[in-house]
Amino acid sequence: MNPAVDYVPFITLDPGVEWALMKTGQILAIMVMLLLSLAFLLLFDRKVWAAVQLRKGPNVVGPFGLFQSFADFLKFVMKEIVIPAGANKTVFILAPLLTFTLAFATWAVVPIAPGWVVSNLNVGILYLFAISSLGVYGIIMGGWASNSKYPFLGGLRSAAQMVSYEVSIGFVLITVLLLVGSLNLTSIVDNQRDGIWMWHAFRIFNVAEFPANLLIGAVMFAMLVIFFISALAETNRPPFDLPEAESELVAGYQVEYSSTPYLLFMIGEYLNITLMCAMINILFLGGWHLPWGPVDNEWLGFLIFYAKLWAMFFMFAMVKAIVPRYRYDQLMRLGWKIFLPTSLVAVAIAAGYVTYIGRPALTTVAGG
Amino acid sequence: MLEAIAFYLLAGVAVLSAFAVVAARNPVHSVLFLILTFFNAAGLFVLLGAEFLAMLLIVVYVGAVAVLFLFVVMMLDVDFVELKQGFLKYMPLGGLVGAFLLGELILVTSAVRGSGLYTDSPAGLPDGVTNAERIGRVLYTDYLLLFQLAGLVLFVAMIGAIVLTLRRRDGVKRQDIHKQVGRTRKQGVESKDVLPGQGLG
Repeated sequence: MNPAVDYVPFITLDPGVEWALMKTGQILAIMVMLLLSLAFLLLFDRKVWAAVQLRKGPNVVGPFGLFQSFADFLKFVMKEIVIPAGANKTVFILAPLLTFTLAFATWAVVPIAPGWVVSNLNVGILYLFAISSLGVYGIIMGGWASNSKYPFLGGLRSAAQMVSYEVSIGFVLITVLLLVGSLNLTSIVDNQRDGIWMWHAFRIFNVAEFPANLLIGAVMFAMLVIFFISALAETNRPPFDLPEAESELVAGYQVEYSSTPYLLFMIGEYLNITLMCAMINILFLGGWHLPWGPVDNEWLGFLIFYAKLWAMFFMFAMVKAIVPRYRYDQLMRLGWKIFLPTSLVAVAIAAGYVTYIGRPALTTVAGG
Repeated sequence: MLEAIAFYLLAGVAVLSAFAVVAARNPVHSVLFLILTFFNAAGLFVLLGAEFLAMLLIVVYVGAVAVLFLFVVMMLDVDFVELKQGFLKYMPLGGLVGAFLLGELILVTSAVRGSGLYTDSPAGLPDGVTNAERIGRVLYTDYLLLFQLAGLVLFVAMIGAIVLTLRRRDGVKRQDIHKQVGRTRKQGVESKDVLPGQGLG
């Protein structure tokens, strides 16, 4: 994003001010892009869901219902905010705001194209992990502040669920980090630049290092599956949407929320899903690189990244449409007794692979 | 200039929210303020150039430990009026502990400052060596034994916690997935020949 072209400055600004203005512009651009994408992702989600059930889905507002999300938005914003009498007002309002803000904050370090990232942190992936682990507070605060049984139970459930699945997500991240040797997200993408055989999910195709590729390929593909399922649990998506299981808890922590606070919760939730799709892209599916070679053009890279994002979101939508909800004890069993040991063994295997086979030379990216 | 503003903002909010942890009437609010304190402390780490530590602080303390705090505190049925009454009774003891901690902190800070170990600038890192790498190198070479010992202590504590809370009661129906999946038709179905007019008796 730093064109080295000589240009006559329109106005000269203090470097600090210029930096601040530029970053603000970048942040605004990303936010607008995300919110616009979200409007259509939401529609897409509902359309996929409808198609699986042989319905048409939203098709009234605009051509093919394309403007449905905007109509929904207006409806949410126009409605009255109802705060329950016994609710803890400050925390009640703070909870959706927190969810919404944190969901956007994570995108600060996500590279969406070669060089297109607001903050190229050296510890980018840890930042992502840290901020997304805070997402649980919005839900647990909302559940508690509503001063009602069902929301409270929903909040508690989600706290336990998200903490459990964070553990296996952490271990999956470690396997990828071991293969890359850097915590920087751009480095992680560039480590997979050569082609599909270097994508972390498909290392099995890297026949140059036969037979080690069979082992690491199998392990890393399993990690992709574990990460995908954990991401479903982490974002409270079906089949793990127990915090808002309508058959047991009405709507979980969202029962008492209406109007804009509810909208903020929903946007935060869908942003987290989008973030998980982006993370799967970055960690396992080569980010903005094509299966047959690297991409260095920003716009092309962005388009590829975006297309992969939608493809991943399609997977999330399909899971929602076709998989029945888990029981709570089954959910905990899956997280602690299956995913945790499996990913722990995978960390050991990945570490052994890096020690004995090695990893490609790292393209160092300076932190910004 | 910007750094100074950031420092005073982070430090100020950290101190204020740390005070609010003690002062807040509602224990849930206390925990929320505690989280704010952790978060600001992480911000101070970032200012010092220790971004790895900052992220660890958030992941471990804010993301895991404080969630459990919040979990437990929310489940407690606390009577706010009763809590308020105990305040004066415990004031001297709490003040004493606080004074001791403050004294020790001042002592340690002045000792480190005098010894020359302390420098005003963040530790100079050679180019290309990140924070995480640096810490890892020290941790897994010079302090390997201590690191492993710490791991062992945590491991023992973990097993201890599990042993203390694990109890097997009789008469509780549990789902055993292996048993359930491994059941064959032979074990599950019994066919009987029902004779006309007699039933199964």
